[in-house]
Amino acid sequence: MRELTYAQAIQEALAQAMDADPAVFLMGEDIGVYGGAFQVTGDLVHRYGEERVMDAPISELGQAGVAVGAALAGCKPVLEFQFSDFATLAMEQIVNQAAKLRYMLGGKVNVPLVMRFPAGSGTGAAAQHSQSLDAWLAHVPGLKVVQPSTPADVKGMLLAAIDDPDPVMVFEHKLLYKMKGEVPEEPYRIPIGKAHVARKGRDVTVVATSIMVHKSLEAAETLAAEGIDVEVIDLRTLRPIDTATIIGSVKKTSRMACVYEGVKTLGIGAEISARIAESEAFDYLDAPILRLGGAESPIPYNPELEKAAVPQAPGIVEGLRNLVRGRL
Amino acid sequence: MNAVGKIKPNARPFYQKYSAGQLKEALRKMYLIRRFEEGAEEAYMRGLIHGTMHLSIGQEGSAVGATMALRNSDYITSTHRGHGHCIGKGADPKLMFAEFFGKEEGYCRGRGGSMHIADVATGNLGANGIVGGGLPIAVGAALAIKKQKRDDVAMCFFGDGASNEGAFHEALNMAAVWKLPVVFVCENNKYGMSVPTERSMAVANVADRASAYGMPGVIADGNSIADVEEAIDEAIARARRGDGPTLVECKTYRTRGHSRSDRNRYRTREEIEEWKARDPIPHFEAELMAHGLATEAEVNAIRNSAEAEIAAGIEFARLGTDPNPAEVTRDVYSNEAA
Ligand SMILES: Cc1ncc(C[n+]2csc(CCOP(=O)(O)OP(=O)(O)O)c2C)c(N)n1
Ligand SMILES: [Mg+2]
Repeated sequence: MRELTYAQAIQEALAQAMDADPAVFLMGEDIGVYGGAFQVTGDLVHRYGEERVMDAPISELGQAGVAVGAALAGCKPVLEFQFSDFATLAMEQIVNQAAKLRYMLGGKVNVPLVMRFPAGSGTGAAAQHSQSLDAWLAHVPGLKVVQPSTPADVKGMLLAAIDDPDPVMVFEHKLLYKMKGEVPEEPYRIPIGKAHVARKGRDVTVVATSIMVHKSLEAAETLAAEGIDVEVIDLRTLRPIDTATIIGSVKKTSRMACVYEGVKTLGIGAEISARIAESEAFDYLDAPILRLGGAESPIPYNPELEKAAVPQAPGIVEGLRNLVRGRL
Repeated sequence: MNAVGKIKPNARPFYQKYSAGQLKEALRKMYLIRRFEEGAEEAYMRGLIHGTMHLSIGQEGSAVGATMALRNSDYITSTHRGHGHCIGKGADPKLMFAEFFGKEEGYCRGRGGSMHIADVATGNLGANGIVGGGLPIAVGAALAIKKQKRDDVAMCFFGDGASNEGAFHEALNMAAVWKLPVVFVCENNKYGMSVPTERSMAVANVADRASAYGMPGVIADGNSIADVEEAIDEAIARARRGDGPTLVECKTYRTRGHSRSDRNRYRTREEIEEWKARDPIPHFEAELMAHGLATEAEVNAIRNSAEAEIAAGIEFARLGTDPNPAEVTRDVYSNEAA
């Protein structure tokens, strides 16, 4: 099958969505002739014109509200944030309006919009351009939050997000944009709310998100050589969470670790751990749950510090080894 | 009505454009709003409804004047002080009362309450509990109108206080730069809660801010339905022509407190009385009668019929169905499985 980068897969999904439905349009900062800060929209403006690939003023709150209003009035806007960090400027419209309008109006409207957030560290962009705020938004009923980890997934989940009648927040790790993978050419959908078992294993379940899926798979290969068989679940969706897949896996392996880039405390790992503690899988646990998340600090600039601030494969190997060998 | 004799015989365009029937309907809407809010206030005092509410008593001239020329397919976004906009755009007061009483029959099935009442079927995209929240949403609705090549408009209500929010400035800029069919209607009632505009803005008028975004800024007497409607009419025409947005500032006043908890410590009794004497409803009645467009008997009949409708609405709401607590998560998502 032909290969695309993660960024190309997004662009293909956007193009196919615009081909299929004239109500779909893109908005964001420098997504036109510039092609987007991460070249995701690329030359789409030349193919679809400025009306459907709209450069907006640097007004994150305003753009988010425009997306809400356009969605209420029959359009399907796909809004690109230049960096996910700038969601903080648009929180009002995302959290108070997009997420709640349907509920507040008694189910009489829906808000079919998509917001795309380039997220994560590893680019040396320091504290205000490197955050992983996915768990913030996943805390809000009314939003759906997805975090695809592969080119094939991001295409299918983005198309599903654009189809969805409710607001969907798509977190894209910036280090994944150049990652290559097989991507089917035709449009297809990967359902929101379904986790994916990225690697089957017997000894320990790792629930990972976004780029941490790849780091966990790397760790799993290292551990395989030591006779430790790791199952890696790619959570893919933070809201709604696919609890059933995780419970099933933990009942099989009796051990669980959560690996995610967002700040560890009050992050997605806390929620998953609690769901296991509340479920029948709790009785199957042979070891405490392990959470490997981002440091309790802003993302630092210095490259070594930056690496130290989020989980890396060697740390995951060590954590899982200790977990399985009973050294926690 | 001692004002009767003061009306000049050569009637302004407002009185020529509309039929006597339409003008009397506008008066009836003003009464519906007034009595709706008085009824809601009383129901609150009697403990029949809870929460808080923001009354627009004194501002009916701008609510009805602004919405009079709108079509059903035009949109509005409204505010925390939105009962007048909702009725102006065509909502049924009895279903608004049902919402106030938290009933399934209410416009939002009891999930929204006073601060979110909206009849979506009449193009109301929602009242808003967030100061400035509706501004960018109206711009988005106008963007959709333009993309769909309709000649509708999005009317955006907001207060003087909201014009100090970043959302106001972002919204005006985007609407202007994309030439969108938005009519920004600022209801300047002199206060953002307790803070007077002189202490929150360094310019004299909210309309002065329009020039920074390259759009016309127009001031209307918010207590004169005729003055408001004429200013709005021009703004709507401009928007429908594709010439872009206008900011209309309606200078008005709320004679009640900001909300239920207001103790009126920031303004004088004299000021309130002064504005009560400029009540938009008797002002409009006097003009109607001076122009021979309504008789005193007709005006009385309009008032009585509005009162009867409001009383029946409260009864309807009291007898409504309470939502089932087991349905608390209903309508969070379109697909309930989510
Ligand atoms: C973002 C935000 N800040 C503060 C408030 C609290 N609040 C509600 S109404 C109000 C005053 C708004 O003034 P204005 O826009 O002039 O409208 P008015 O109440 O006078 O109609 C304030 C401060 C709020 N609801 N939202
Ligand atoms: Mg005010």
